[in-house]
Amino acid sequence: MGLLLRKLFRRRIVLLAALVLLTVVLIAMAAQWVTPYDPNDTAVLERLNAPSASHYLGTDELGRDLFSRIAFGGRYSLAIAALTAFGAILGGTLLGLVAGFFRRLDAPLMRIVDAMMSLPDILLAIALVAILGPSLLNVVLALVLVYTPRVARVVRASTLVVRELLFVEAARALGIATWRILWRHILPNLLSPILVQASFIFAYAILAEAALSFLGVGVPPEIPTWGTMVAGGQQYAHQSLGVVLYPGLAIILTALSLQVLGDGVRDLLDPRLKKSM
Amino acid sequence: MPDAMTTPRLQVRHLSTTFHTDEGAVHSVAEVSFDILPGRTTALVGESGSGKSVTSLTLMRLLPRTARTTVAGSALFVDRSGQTVDLLSLPERQMRAVRGNQIAMIFQEPMTSLNPVFTIGEQIAESVRLHKGASHAEALARARQMLDLVEIPAAGQRLHEYPHQLSGGMRQRVMIALAMACDPTLLIADEPTTALDVTIQAQILELMRKLQREMGTSILFITHNLGVVAHHADEVAVMYAGRIVEAAPVRELFAAPRHPYTQGLLACLPGKQPPHRGTGPRRLYAIRGQVSSPLAPPPGCAFAPRCDRTIPRCDLAMPELLADGAGRQTRCVLTEATQEAA
Repeated sequence: MGLLLRKLFRRRIVLLAALVLLTVVLIAMAAQWVTPYDPNDTAVLERLNAPSASHYLGTDELGRDLFSRIAFGGRYSLAIAALTAFGAILGGTLLGLVAGFFRRLDAPLMRIVDAMMSLPDILLAIALVAILGPSLLNVVLALVLVYTPRVARVVRASTLVVRELLFVEAARALGIATWRILWRHILPNLLSPILVQASFIFAYAILAEAALSFLGVGVPPEIPTWGTMVAGGQQYAHQSLGVVLYPGLAIILTALSLQVLGDGVRDLLDPRLKKSM
Repeated sequence: MPDAMTTPRLQVRHLSTTFHTDEGAVHSVAEVSFDILPGRTTALVGESGSGKSVTSLTLMRLLPRTARTTVAGSALFVDRSGQTVDLLSLPERQMRAVRGNQIAMIFQEPMTSLNPVFTIGEQIAESVRLHKGASHAEALARARQMLDLVEIPAAGQRLHEYPHQLSGGMRQRVMIALAMACDPTLLIADEPTTALDVTIQAQILELMRKLQREMGTSILFITHNLGVVAHHADEVAVMYAGRIVEAAPVRELFAAPRHPYTQGLLACLPGKQPPHRGTGPRRLYAIRGQVSSPLAPPPGCAFAPRCDRTIPRCDLAMPELLADGAGRQTRCVLTEATQEAA
């Protein structure tokens, strides 16, 4: 394990990404201890302050401490993104594997996927949240439904390639059962496209949640998320750039770090890129 | 009870495989019958598309499931417990227990026959665990033993390496280790040396021979390489357009081929050229023409359009595969005629 980590962090950029991500996650998890203010405490006289010793990142249009809101918002943003990525990967991988391996199921499954993908992401999510009602869990559910088809497409395409490789036939010639071939022989070969999708979806989900919240169909407004902060702050951006800059930076840094880390893990898992010694 | 050494381990009778395509039915394998004796090698020889590989996939029941196929005939296999089963009608669950365990297969492409994301050891161990119910440690020990057996140096280290770290010849050795790990009684080798260079080919063939001697495995050897057949097979069946056109013990076939196609194939070998006449550059003999489309086979003998010795009777009907009573079979009107005359 230690050896694997050392290999992973041999590239400095991956180490940096991991550290950034770790910091973000730690701050979010320890929000009530590291933040000087309650994220919802308003102080009208201190609205749109610049960063200072009392407000590390300044204040927003209602005088709420930006650092505290980003820290608490991180909890929700990260949780939503992680749950979305997990759900979409799970559903999409299952769908894609089945559609790619069992040719009879391919056409019916993929037409459903096509139908879902033909609707614009945000529109579909809005419709779903409108039906389900706005809550944190329903936002996750809607986003999972939006991103599952994408994963399914990618996984199906890779499955189609891998299932034709000779080692799959060789596995059948060894008397290995179909489900085991799928699970043990095909799925591990799909890990790198799946990981790449996971890091994309994680980043997309943060942004999509922001868009939904901005349109009023996201998480309830009393819950701070990075998305709601950017959305809510944008009309004050010309007075104090910080209200959108800092939560925006949090989104960018997290998404970017995740992509770099995902890339590093993918390289690590690809045995062809492994150094033999 | 018949003698164990003369009861064929595999007895294929009237095997036919038909693919139903959008353009019509393709009879890839028709009326194929042959025996494989315990510890002996039967070679199926033929050019690309002659139905050799389809024969082996049909026997293993590994034809692509997306293809619409009809399989007829029987393939009686004497399993380890001495029971005779028909491979073509065995339930899928029992067939899975046969595959890899009693009948194993080696493929042509060692570069893609191994799963790139697992170590060599894990891949061999998987099959042993599956069929022998061995524990992980036992299976790995068996894998290591197999790597030693196929003469891979530093087996203990190779066990933990990935396929891409091995050369083509090494990978084919691993494939053989994988195939032999469960002591199969029948090994189907589908062009096992075609993708390897000549020196490695010889090593791999020698290795297969050694294992056959030690373990008493029967081998169905599928190849287009007549030189390999001459050295490594006991019985030969020559296939053309899905049918066996001539079957004989290896020495007799090479000494006196009877079917015009076999004669043509042997004449194509560089060492077997007729004396050079004329002044131009010396050319290798080649059988003229090409295999007729499987969708529109000729009315009579499939080889007639390319044969130098056709007579009108050739186009009337497909000749029967006639046995001469001394272990040889030929599918040609010319031998039909001589046997009728006799």
